[in-house]
Amino acid sequence: MTNGWVDIGNTDVALVMGGNPAENHPCGFKWVIEAKKHRNAKLVVVDPRFNRTAAVADQFVQIRAGTDIAFLGGLINYALENKRYHEEYLKLYTNAPFIIKEGLKLPEEDGLFSGFDEKKKVYDKASWAYELDKEYAKVDPTLEHPRCVFQLLKKHYSRYTPEMVSKVTGCSVEAFKKVAEIITSTYTPDRAGTVIYALGWTHHSTGVQMIRAAAMMQLVLGNIGRPGGGMDALRGHSNIQGATDMNQTHTLPGYLKMPVPDWQTLKEFNEATTPKALRPNVMNYWQNTPKFMVSFLKAMYGRNATKENDFAYSYLPKMTGNHSYVYAFDDMYKGGVKGLVSFGMNPVNNLPNSAKTLAAMAKLDWMVMVENFENEGAIFWKAPKEMGGLPPEQVKTEVFQLPAANFAEKDGTFTNSARWLQWKYKAIEPPGQAKPDMEILARIFLKVRELYQKDGGKFPDPVLQLTWEYGNPLNPTSEEVAREINGKTSADQIDDKTKQVTLKAGQLVPGFGALKDDGTTACGNWLHSGCFNEAGNNAARRSTADPTGLGMYHNWGFSWPANRRVMYNRASADANGKPWDPKRAGIKWNGERWVGDVPDYKVDSDPKEGLGAFIMLGEGVAKLYAIDFAEGPFPEHYEAYEAPVENPFHPKVSANPTAKVMSTDKDVFGKADKFPIVCTTYRLTEHFHYWTKHIRRLNETQPEFFVEIPEDLAKEKGIKNEQLVKVSSARGTITGKAMVTKRIKSMMINGKKVYQIGFPIHWGFAGQSTGPLANLLTPTVLDANSSMPEYKTFLVNLEKA
Amino acid sequence: MPSNMEIQRISATLGPPTGVREAPKVAKLIDTTTCIGCKACEVACQEWNDLQSEETSQFGTYQTLPDLTPNFWNLIRFNEHEEDGQFAWLMRKDQCMHCEDPGCLKACPAPGAIVQYNNGIVDFNQANCIGCGFCISGCPFDVPKINAKSGKVYKCTLCSDRVSVGLEPACIKACPTGCLQFGTKGNLLDIAQKRVEQLKSQGFKNAALYDPPGVGGTHVITILAYGDRPELYGGLPKNPKVPLYLGFMKTILRPLGNLLMLLGVVGAFAHFSRYGKREDKGE
Repeated sequence: MTNGWVDIGNTDVALVMGGNPAENHPCGFKWVIEAKKHRNAKLVVVDPRFNRTAAVADQFVQIRAGTDIAFLGGLINYALENKRYHEEYLKLYTNAPFIIKEGLKLPEEDGLFSGFDEKKKVYDKASWAYELDKEYAKVDPTLEHPRCVFQLLKKHYSRYTPEMVSKVTGCSVEAFKKVAEIITSTYTPDRAGTVIYALGWTHHSTGVQMIRAAAMMQLVLGNIGRPGGGMDALRGHSNIQGATDMNQTHTLPGYLKMPVPDWQTLKEFNEATTPKALRPNVMNYWQNTPKFMVSFLKAMYGRNATKENDFAYSYLPKMTGNHSYVYAFDDMYKGGVKGLVSFGMNPVNNLPNSAKTLAAMAKLDWMVMVENFENEGAIFWKAPKEMGGLPPEQVKTEVFQLPAANFAEKDGTFTNSARWLQWKYKAIEPPGQAKPDMEILARIFLKVRELYQKDGGKFPDPVLQLTWEYGNPLNPTSEEVAREINGKTSADQIDDKTKQVTLKAGQLVPGFGALKDDGTTACGNWLHSGCFNEAGNNAARRSTADPTGLGMYHNWGFSWPANRRVMYNRASADANGKPWDPKRAGIKWNGERWVGDVPDYKVDSDPKEGLGAFIMLGEGVAKLYAIDFAEGPFPEHYEAYEAPVENPFHPKVSANPTAKVMSTDKDVFGKADKFPIVCTTYRLTEHFHYWTKHIRRLNETQPEFFVEIPEDLAKEKGIKNEQLVKVSSARGTITGKAMVTKRIKSMMINGKKVYQIGFPIHWGFAGQSTGPLANLLTPTVLDANSSMPEYKTFLVNLEKA
Repeated sequence: MPSNMEIQRISATLGPPTGVREAPKVAKLIDTTTCIGCKACEVACQEWNDLQSEETSQFGTYQTLPDLTPNFWNLIRFNEHEEDGQFAWLMRKDQCMHCEDPGCLKACPAPGAIVQYNNGIVDFNQANCIGCGFCISGCPFDVPKINAKSGKVYKCTLCSDRVSVGLEPACIKACPTGCLQFGTKGNLLDIAQKRVEQLKSQGFKNAALYDPPGVGGTHVITILAYGDRPELYGGLPKNPKVPLYLGFMKTILRPLGNLLMLLGVVGAFAHFSRYGKREDKGE
């Protein structure tokens, strides 16, 4: 979230799309209820189904699953056409005035931007670049230049008329206009709106562009950086935010890039990953990348990382391609992976195309499953035949099951959706032999190190020289690791001006501002730095003091970065440093410094200096136009890979041309002639993913798998409530009880009647309550930017069982 | 049954209240317009009261069970309602309403099986229950349920045990959205009124607080967006009343019945004394 849970209570309009917070975040959702009750805020839900969030919404609009970009593009167009945009904000804080070089072609005619390579299915982005004057981008502050971002934005979304939105999404023009009025009402300085979303956006082959489109809309309305505004992404697991902050397959801690073979030295890494300033007078804060990277290497290798050995940069593995989750299992299916160590991950249930996953796992030589319950992944060879399981005698994998402590059986921090690191305490001992993940990792690592010490190996240094200085090496404490993540010095730090010692050797750094690239600081994750410093365990603070009255609670937990609660907060005030809405001030200029929230800005920079508001970007301003993504500088509506109709905008290029499609014999896809019904998958309040089927009370409240079917479709097929039905896609068939409902309506899409059905994902063959594997049906087509599978929109057929 | 809550009324027992302490009337406020049907209240009730899990199955709805059971004392009722192109998914927490004038207590023939405390909570004391089921016919909301094995009746206790030590009921503690609130009825009526006004200003012309006078008002009060049609919310009765005859049950009917029975016994004895055994007439 750019803003946060409590901050949602400050909003005037909450748009919920691609998410169902009442269902999946009932506690956090109370902040939407608070805003409704205490500010008369409006809740607008736009979703393929009338869900539990819609039940308490002021407005609900049903759209066809996967058409969110069409709807959001329609909102952007509505704002621009009706002059419902925050013009001053656009000029000051976005790249609306930036001029794009000649030669950019928008996709209005054929669905493609300029530069598409038909064979490789990627774009050459050269034609997308800014027009430069030496090293800086040219700008037109009047926003009138025909090639400035603002004019291109208007042109691009001019096709997204209310009529077109209705044609593509299936909602009525009237309903669209009604919610467009409400949502765009936040364009005035005294109003703020937030967008709340989750996997209903990320789990599409156009997911990243859906989120982009919403962020652009928020910029057009002037909602980014302000209390009550922002992009509020809902994370799922309690510490998924913490997990992604620490590491992903393509990032190091703090979202530093994972090295690739082209960058053999630290110098090459720094040059390739440190962005350049694209305008004068910008902070371009990522220019500090070398400080973060060297400090990270010092945290990893300590005394063994020195200037002479490039701070042990060569010890880091280099990423040879896309090895993210779906790719790794694709590789596994092709026989390329020997072993798997899985911590709290259930590939059988959570990967698309479960039959392929089961076949892939059967090819492993060995597998280590670290789990709290014996779920489907841990007993994958027991998968029944109808769920894609192989005969057990054909599975040669050696399986090690390691019982893990559950969340209440260990301490540490959870980092929530609002970026708050909150310390939690151990409530109870783990049962039997179950151990915390930390201890399991430590024991495995130390054993592996022992073997390297004894037997040598191809390249033992990264293992032998890793820093492992804990009180009990077999079971490090969470506090010790938190201090490592925070960072410390290895030599006295001396202030340039005053020549005083600001930090002594061995002290914890106050935050990432103290990090150096000379090897005198170590820091496990620059983004989390400040969580556990000389002041103590800041993640454990629980002060309810709220002087701003906006629910910032600066002394409750630690919010990255630097305990800032609302990001991009320079944009919450005008050019003179006066808040757009004095009643909801993010930061304001008091004549000497910026006060309020922790400024996301140089704290003593006079507004007259006009330093760029978005300090992390080379542009210094937010990117309405961005070339970072695979599909193009502006989001364009593309159909899902398996779609019931051709793209009404450009039928010849219907789906996302850059989407990644897996291509083994198991990666099969269906078309609308055989599979005419749109299917989506989702979650229920009563369950959490796949392991709550082991819990009696939750099985009591939501006992069985079901399929939600619209009334008219049920009538057509002669299906009654509770009757068993079969749902099949090109990849498999599942059976379950029908739930005939008014909450999903059939839709007219470009003149064709289209039905949508859906079902929850929680079941499988393990647990007290068993049911079909939802992902037997889902396709292995991925978003090109995030490699995220398209779980939320695919084609199926439905019949009585 | 907590010992430090004053009893105001006892089933099948005549006479004035036995307690001397005063206590404010408590209430539970349910705001169905902010209920998200998450069922935290269902699980909290089961967990606090250590109730057995019910065998449940999917019967075409998100609702956990078709009805309350002896082991399941509060149930979120889900109802889909459509009118004039507007769709609503109504969710209402259903449990004992803790009537100020409880039909169950008036109907109960077993002394002390049902009590009402001076704070308004109506509680069952299974030790005194004879399992006759009269309370079920006396309840306008069809709440009490008989356990087939023990033959006793069960229902929501408004967590009388928790309330007696100053805690809020378990369901209220668990509710994540603040839809459920607990406090004195006076305070909650104020809060409810303001919320109803807010709902009316948002277009719910018939928003109302459900606090039916036919049972003397209830200690569980419910805000309904469609206040003119409570039946939409899983069969909530529009104008619930304590059956008329129950009004006379304790004071007139039962004493009368007892008197008639006594007279019958006395009369039979008197007749026997006077006339002796029946003699055979004839050879």
